[in-house]
Amino acid sequence: MAEDSSDKDLIERMLRGEEDAFEELVRNYGGRLLAVTRRYLPSEDDARDAVQDAFLSAFRSLDRFERQARLSTWLHRIAVNAALMKLRTRRRKPEQSIEELLPGFLEDGHFAQQTPGWRTAEFEDVAERRELAKLVRSSIDRLPVGYRNVLMLRDIEEFNTEETALAMGISLNAVKTRLHRARLALRELLEPHMRRESK
Amino acid sequence: MKCREFVDFLMEYLDGSLPDGQHATFRRHMEECPPCELYLDTYRETVRLGKTCCEEPEGPVPADAPEALIEAILAARREGR
Repeated sequence: MAEDSSDKDLIERMLRGEEDAFEELVRNYGGRLLAVTRRYLPSEDDARDAVQDAFLSAFRSLDRFERQARLSTWLHRIAVNAALMKLRTRRRKPEQSIEELLPGFLEDGHFAQQTPGWRTAEFEDVAERRELAKLVRSSIDRLPVGYRNVLMLRDIEEFNTEETALAMGISLNAVKTRLHRARLALRELLEPHMRRESK
Repeated sequence: MKCREFVDFLMEYLDGSLPDGQHATFRRHMEECPPCELYLDTYRETVRLGKTCCEEPEGPVPADAPEALIEAILAARREGR
């Protein structure tokens, strides 16, 4: 991956219209942006279209790129927005319910099941941490899409509530509710693998 | 406060956006209810894991973009799309 100084040079060359600079940008960042759009779009064709849309959008707004920003971060954001835009153009399927993934309570309002502690600290070496990362990513993938995308935008991409609401086309309150429920559901999905006594 | 309400208020508590009165009630419940204290820890851990496990050094190294896609992007740019 290019360093920041060569990224600045790349921007200057593109602003001067040097054709090979555009190709260099696409080759440097294309794979990374495709990995980003695939997180949001299950169809490979859609993910690739979103990458194309993202680069074309970036080319059009090069003169607005703030030089103190990181090129990778700027492109990443554009790719996320392109993916969400593509998602909105797809026919909406009925939203999958998240209820069955939420914690259960007794009638008196107490937890229906015990709350065990987690053994996160036991994931020490690189291989174990890689396995844990795989588990977390696959659990996020199991969340209903409208919840998963809010969690991805807020907790992973670090969009704020307003930016998430705008990107998803939902209200601020819906962002807050979905984020909390997505976290609760993710917690429930992780718990059987993380509880201390299960090892 | 019951455990169910405690769970409802977790996110606002962690955001620091819980109103003063509710904040005090929340804290009091947590002090009296070890399962809820543990639940808060694991909720916080869930948020942390989601973030760290999807960050790029931990995630899979993305392959290069397919050549056909690169060519399509460059062609679209030349056509001024």
